Amino acid sequence: MEKIKGQLESYKEQPFSLVLRFLMWIATFLTVGITVCIVGYILIRGIPNLSPEMFAWEYNTENVSMMPAIINTVLMVLLVLLIAVPVGIGAAIYLVEYAKRGSKLVKLVRITAETLSGIPSIVYGLFGYLLFATTFRWGYTFLGGALTLAIMILPLILRTTEEALKAVPDSFREGSFGLGAGSLRTIFRIILPSAVPGIVSGVILGIGRVVGETAALMYTAGTIAKVPGLMSSGRTLAVHMYALLSEGLYMKQAYATAVVLLVVVLLINAGSGWIAKKLTKR
Amino acid sequence: MKEAREFIMKCVFILTACVSIAAVVLICIFMFANGIPAIAKIGPLNFLLGEKWKPMNNIFGILPMIVGSIYVTAGAIIIGVPIAFFASVYLAKFCNEKLYKILKPAVELMAGIPSIVYGFFGLVVIVPIMQKLMGGSGKSVLTASILLGIMILPTVIGVAESSIRAVPDSYYEGALALGATRERSVFFAVLPGAKSGILAGVILGIGRAIGETMAVIMVAGNQPVIPGNLAMGVRTLTSNIVMEMGYATDLHREALIATAVVLFVLILIINLCCSALQRRSGQ
Amino acid sequence: MEKDKFTIKDLNLFYGDFQALKKISMHIPEKEITAFIGPSGCGKSTLLKSLNRMNDLVEGCKITGTLLLDGEPINQMKNVNLLRKRVGMVFQKPNPFPMSIYDNVAYGPRTHGIRKKSELDAIVEDSLKKAAIWDETKDRLKKSALGMSGGQQQRLCIARALAVQPEVLLMDEPTSALDPISTTKIEDLALELKNQYTIVMVTHNMQQAARISDKTAFFLLGEMVEMNDTETIFSKPQDKRTDDYITGRFG
Repeated sequence: MEKIKGQLESYKEQPFSLVLRFLMWIATFLTVGITVCIVGYILIRGIPNLSPEMFAWEYNTENVSMMPAIINTVLMVLLVLLIAVPVGIGAAIYLVEYAKRGSKLVKLVRITAETLSGIPSIVYGLFGYLLFATTFRWGYTFLGGALTLAIMILPLILRTTEEALKAVPDSFREGSFGLGAGSLRTIFRIILPSAVPGIVSGVILGIGRVVGETAALMYTAGTIAKVPGLMSSGRTLAVHMYALLSEGLYMKQAYATAVVLLVVVLLINAGSGWIAKKLTKR
Repeated sequence: MKEAREFIMKCVFILTACVSIAAVVLICIFMFANGIPAIAKIGPLNFLLGEKWKPMNNIFGILPMIVGSIYVTAGAIIIGVPIAFFASVYLAKFCNEKLYKILKPAVELMAGIPSIVYGFFGLVVIVPIMQKLMGGSGKSVLTASILLGIMILPTVIGVAESSIRAVPDSYYEGALALGATRERSVFFAVLPGAKSGILAGVILGIGRAIGETMAVIMVAGNQPVIPGNLAMGVRTLTSNIVMEMGYATDLHREALIATAVVLFVLILIINLCCSALQRRSGQ
Repeated sequence: MEKDKFTIKDLNLFYGDFQALKKISMHIPEKEITAFIGPSGCGKSTLLKSLNRMNDLVEGCKITGTLLLDGEPINQMKNVNLLRKRVGMVFQKPNPFPMSIYDNVAYGPRTHGIRKKSELDAIVEDSLKKAAIWDETKDRLKKSALGMSGGQQQRLCIARALAVQPEVLLMDEPTSALDPISTTKIEDLALELKNQYTIVMVTHNMQQAARISDKTAFFLLGEMVEMNDTETIFSKPQDKRTDDYITGRFG
């Protein structure tokens, strides 16, 4: 109490400081308030709209089931990670463990990765459409969508893995090389295991992007509400939601889908927070 | 045998590193190769400065969309940046650790919410409010600006906060020691040191706002006309592509790809600015 | 007559444009402890790292001159990993890997192709015994090595180095991060080990060099000022700079 009084006292002489303090409070309150509003609104309005027929195995215009879309989302996440994670980790290993400092290739990889991370998803979508659907004559395919998203999250995986590898102390490398181990053994037995938490947090962020992505998938994986094969079309949850909204007939289902999407995002954030905590504990 | 394996794997790692280069090259080739011919056919001036978008009559002018993108982006910056700025200062320098553990995850959660969910929220909450306040459909430049302003908050806050934290504590302590209040010390001694970092965050936010598609499409109204005031509907470059790509053919389709090329070039320029700034603030 | 393990002649080493070692020539005898002393930045650690080519990891490092291990030129060896198996290293700061004590010691032998459990068990036990840490660790072999004290970690690192059955053990200020009691233990261990291994040790601590080494070399600004029997160096140094250093007038 005394402390607050003292602070108020000092603000009397410095009204400008008080104004600044207020502005910061308002801004922070707004930021958090909006988040709470969005999450709260969608959960409260959405949860009553959840009904068992929305989780029926087959989609039809009666039940407007989101089950195929949920399964597709999981499949899409797996497929994208299967492509992007090995490539991203491999590239990061090259940058951190092999490349010489200031090499041209490293600079080029950095610049291009930065560029990739700035490209809007609709441009990815069109690119995927032009490359996979048109040039390869695949049409709308699950694989095309997955490849497009894999390119999209590649810079994310690359950057987080790079940071994680850099954080592994050099003494581990010296110790391993000093025992006569080669680069590969050092990388796979010593360095990568130490970097796993960092890599996983990057992967989780990547999962979040895949789950929420719509624009890059509409014209690559398409919008068919069925569980597809690799070379046929299938919609993920986010695309499903867009389809519902653009048809304008299914507000109830749209609310329910929003709830499911939001819950997934909440889980992902909680997961990455948990891993970050584990990381700092070590 | 062992050496061979080491060598082969090294080559594999180099190849994976080259994937991102290949991706950028491919994207450039495909976008430009498919978009430039259409621009040439329509005529660069007719395309970029044409005020009418009438695909049925083969009239393709994307000026309304360019202006629309600029309007909603500017609106998002005007609404979002002040909030993000003050919030990031608070997060970096004023809030205590307990509070930070609640605030930071909230901001991170905000970054994780899918844009389609933002769009949905805008559609069912912000649009009706705007309808009551300003009349009309409620889908307007202003509505889109507000929603985008919210969406860029986590991006700008994240970059700004870390650049404020990167300023050496000695600046802050020096100012405090001269008898300045905490607020004065932070705003006049610390923030100048974080200037280019904060600016980089803003530019990153511009990039996100211009590139955002699914949220804008829900709340902007999407009329391909240059809006005369804030309450009028607007169509952005991104929504133009998504809305019509599904059924477009021939020149219409190519014109949409050309729209994406314009967007792509805009983003490349913005990214260049951003990385140049970040490099400067890194020094 | 003692046999030379390392023969060094006119060795120059550059980091980019900077010459870190200037015309070093020396003989390092087998199964003795050779100490490198000198002020920091004098090149003693750099020389030590050239002996198993750990300098390869440093970018822009160039070496000229002759550097022989048992008469074989080190810098022309095709398989640097085999060299490092023969010439083991213990580092300034204990650097156990983030795995169990057992896996730490078994890492080296596994690297060099030993897979059989019984064989590994024997090597682990033998190495830990040689490093005088078996009694402290035999009940917790599966526990993480990171939970040990600094002194224990360093002895574990010595055991880890011994497990690949090296001929030489390079020690880069192995006790500088440790307390006096742990230091004594490591020193005793070094004296014990020299019956089987050639030991080359870099140290900041002149008493340590005087206590345990047979030969001592004094370095200054990238040059080797003098090398002799430890006793001679500390009682009748030939060079005035050595005298100044060991009597504490600089460095």
